Amino acid sequence: MQKLSLNNLGIIFRRELMGYFATPLAYVFIVIFLITNGIFTFELGGFYARGQADLLPFFGFHPWLYLFMVPAIAMALWADERKTGTIELLLTLPVRLADAVLGKFLAAWALTGIALLLTFPIWITANYLGDPDNGVIVASYIGSWFMAGAYLAIGSCMSACTRNPVIAFILTVSICFLFVIMGSPILLNAFPDWTPQAIVDAFAALGFLTHFDSISKGVLDIRDVLYFSVFIAAWLLASAIVIEIKKAN
Amino acid sequence: MIEIRNLTRKFDQVVAVDDLSFEVREGEVLGFLGPNGAGKSTTMKVITGFLAPSAGSVTIDGFDIGGKPLEAKALIGYLPEGAPCYGDMTTLQFLRFIARIRGFRGEEAERRIAGVMGDVALESVAHQTIETLSKGFKRRVGLAQAILHDPKALILDEPTDGLDPNQKNHVRELIRNLAKDKIVVVSTHILEEVTAVCTRAIIIDEGRIVADGTPAELEARSRYHHAVEVRLAGELDLAGELEGVAEIAGVEQDRLDRASFTILSAGKPIFARVSELAQQRQWPVEEFHVRRGQLEDVFRTVTENAGTREAA
Repeated sequence: MQKLSLNNLGIIFRRELMGYFATPLAYVFIVIFLITNGIFTFELGGFYARGQADLLPFFGFHPWLYLFMVPAIAMALWADERKTGTIELLLTLPVRLADAVLGKFLAAWALTGIALLLTFPIWITANYLGDPDNGVIVASYIGSWFMAGAYLAIGSCMSACTRNPVIAFILTVSICFLFVIMGSPILLNAFPDWTPQAIVDAFAALGFLTHFDSISKGVLDIRDVLYFSVFIAAWLLASAIVIEIKKAN
Repeated sequence: MIEIRNLTRKFDQVVAVDDLSFEVREGEVLGFLGPNGAGKSTTMKVITGFLAPSAGSVTIDGFDIGGKPLEAKALIGYLPEGAPCYGDMTTLQFLRFIARIRGFRGEEAERRIAGVMGDVALESVAHQTIETLSKGFKRRVGLAQAILHDPKALILDEPTDGLDPNQKNHVRELIRNLAKDKIVVVSTHILEEVTAVCTRAIIIDEGRIVADGTPAELEARSRYHHAVEVRLAGELDLAGELEGVAEIAGVEQDRLDRASFTILSAGKPIFARVSELAQQRQWPVEEFHVRRGQLEDVFRTVTENAGTREAA
């Protein structure tokens, strides 16, 4: 009998990442990501007009950009496995479900990381034109990547709920939208005046914007990173539970 | 050895597998038969650890599939229904992925991949993406991944579905060769396949075992076992002629060809007795041959009975 492999997580991660680049998906995603980032930053964000050497307009759009881009990668994570039946192959191999869930998530997260890294020309531009605080920018990049992970983790769970990727996409966008606006004044102002401040604060604390705002200003607070990490872990755990329950259909 | 003890699997209120118990030993090729929806695939999904049982247990060589899933799964090679594979990979990439997951590295992995690609004749499509392959090739890729680690237990859900007659023959040959020191469970709805490759057959219906035995034993349960078929050239009251002969259970006339009769045996071979009678009494016989019991007859009898029992 052969030895049990302990690095199945890595094997699944590599297969998934390879899968993205074997189809046009990865390239289309990266190109569209870069183009929209460029438009948002330079046109809508008033990068030049602001006259400041920072990447605030760039990062400020990320919560809204991810809202549509990230669910597009996440939607196929498990829905496709169910649709083609490969889930039965994967889960009857000597692989733990946790390895499969995490491996697939990490591959998708790596893809968003690659796309994010490829926005470096914007960072170079800022450095060429002025003298930005590069520490702030690095912190913002890390924060933005963690936020993308949170979107993906929701997507992983929604993708596990259905064998139809389009439904998974719509569900993911809706839930992500909820978490984006949770911390925004639009929703917070809707609370009646008599609501205890603690509840409003707790509600706001669950939203993405609350945590991302400080990150994008360069304050990489360990609590914000922890928030996104716990958020990701919780949704991945939910993914595993949903997969386990829905395997039968 | 695979041991299945009081296995039950429910989907909501529907009982797909109902208190199933059996064992399969090394060297056995078990044909798993049953009408569509009888619970064949569900049983296989539980044995391979894809679905958890609602009640009961499955152990592979002593490893409980629920308690020690990784150890048990390492012993199993499984071809799921429809032979799903990752379509975006080439045959070689896919088999390398499986080899790595199965714990093989470097030269060992390449040697095994080359071996199984030879076994199921995949060399010509090694660098083609799986989604562009024909149904027969896809099925063989699925088989290749199942046998790559030389598994102790091989579970194949309809392995020859969608193959042409030559490929079917090839796969059966492969299963026979693999079977020597392995446990093989093959589900199929092609009954001739059972006679061709299996040393034992289990027929299930509505989640329960309705027949279990060697193909020969099952065939012997057919009412047509040892029967003699006769085609007459002229008029004769065959039923009347044979009335009172102890070895004979009855005579059936063919509904379409009125000159053809099937003489049913009461249990023992009757060919000699019937041919003796035919000579003595000068029957106008045109054709005369022994019929073997057909698995198909038994299959129909046991699965139809279960249906009526349920309705009653």
